[in-house]
Amino acid sequence: MKFINEYNDPKLINKFYTLIDKIMNEIGRPVKLMEVCGTHTMNIGKAGIRSRIPKKLILLSGPGCPVCVTPSEYVSYAIELAKKENTIITTFGDMVKVPNSKEEALKIFPKNKVRIVYTPLDTLTIAKDNPDKEVIFLGVGFETTIPVIGQVLLMAYEKKLKNFSMLTSLKTVPEPLKILSQNENNKIDGFILPGHVSIIIGLKAYEPLGIRGVVTGFEPLDILMGIYKLLQQVKNNEVQIENQYPRAVTYEGNIIMQNIMKEVFQVADTRWRGLSTLPKSGLIIKKKYEKYDTMKRFNIKEMEEGEPKGCQCGNVLIGVINPRECPLFGKACTPDNPIGPCMVSSEGACSAYYKYEQ
Amino acid sequence: MCLAVPIKIIEVNDIKAIGEIEGVKREVNVSLIPEVKIGEYVLLHAGFAIQIIDEEAAKEILSIWKDLLKKL
Repeated sequence: MKFINEYNDPKLINKFYTLIDKIMNEIGRPVKLMEVCGTHTMNIGKAGIRSRIPKKLILLSGPGCPVCVTPSEYVSYAIELAKKENTIITTFGDMVKVPNSKEEALKIFPKNKVRIVYTPLDTLTIAKDNPDKEVIFLGVGFETTIPVIGQVLLMAYEKKLKNFSMLTSLKTVPEPLKILSQNENNKIDGFILPGHVSIIIGLKAYEPLGIRGVVTGFEPLDILMGIYKLLQQVKNNEVQIENQYPRAVTYEGNIIMQNIMKEVFQVADTRWRGLSTLPKSGLIIKKKYEKYDTMKRFNIKEMEEGEPKGCQCGNVLIGVINPRECPLFGKACTPDNPIGPCMVSSEGACSAYYKYEQ
Repeated sequence: MCLAVPIKIIEVNDIKAIGEIEGVKREVNVSLIPEVKIGEYVLLHAGFAIQIIDEEAAKEILSIWKDLLKKL
């Protein structure tokens, strides 16, 4: 097995659509499911799933796109740091295009100033090679990426790196799920839960939430299986957490990675685009490691910024509107000229709709 | 950004391993799953292996669904 082709068999996929049609007829009412993870949003678009399922089955895109939920002020902090003479900023690719509320973005800086890295490990090499510069990694992500970011921080700590720090915006999935599931104005029947986040946190992390959910993989067959399992629960009036992705996800999750998260970070209230400040919804660097915390190292004063004018990204992220319902979508706001983060990130709902569902 | 791709481990040297995907070799940090063995598939995310793929579990689920779909 190579774990890709097996899940892309067109014959099996077609049969799954028949199964989904059948069970939707049996349910006999509209059903709203939310895919929480941006990678699901992108792959649902790529596989054309929305256009092939019954109209009564609505798939909403959720807040699981890290770039999309990172608040506007974070971009402003990064821009101010990039303006300093002795700094090098390193970041994952999507982040350089995200505008702040003044429509400024990191992409205006030269490539040797703001460097795109594939792994945060590259940041350590850059710091070693540039001892006279302050190297700042933009650590943005959910539980899949947080242990990786934590591990790199621990490596810097062990190596006693003196010119390295992280500007973090780290979010955890369970808290917003709870809030979304309790929104009486937008009742969601079930959640397609993020497969890779779940590798780390395990099925057990969802149990206290009392939601209907299926942890789901990312290939087309995985996603269709996940949807079908959720529809079975709807039909049978069950509310439970199931695992469609046991080839990667266990009940307990990964203890080594959970321990790294606990060692380096502590739980905090964090700001989410679209959801405002949510209690205990993210992680910040612990005091023990604060010399690697860019906010502390550069004495940055926290502030709050609004959204770019007219941007509906916040409402898109909680499934209140779909991207096409935003007046800017496809007109003033396109992937080449994005106004908000949901159009910037390839995992953003607006970008995925623009590319695959026009 | 929670994208992770399956890659086959062909060499392990302490925490540094080499993985191969479609003939392309890539460096993989395996410090988060130190028990990994040559020949196993892992999920690669941002330079780190974050999980060993359980082939038995994969086969079991696929065969359950294939049986169900046969009846259609």
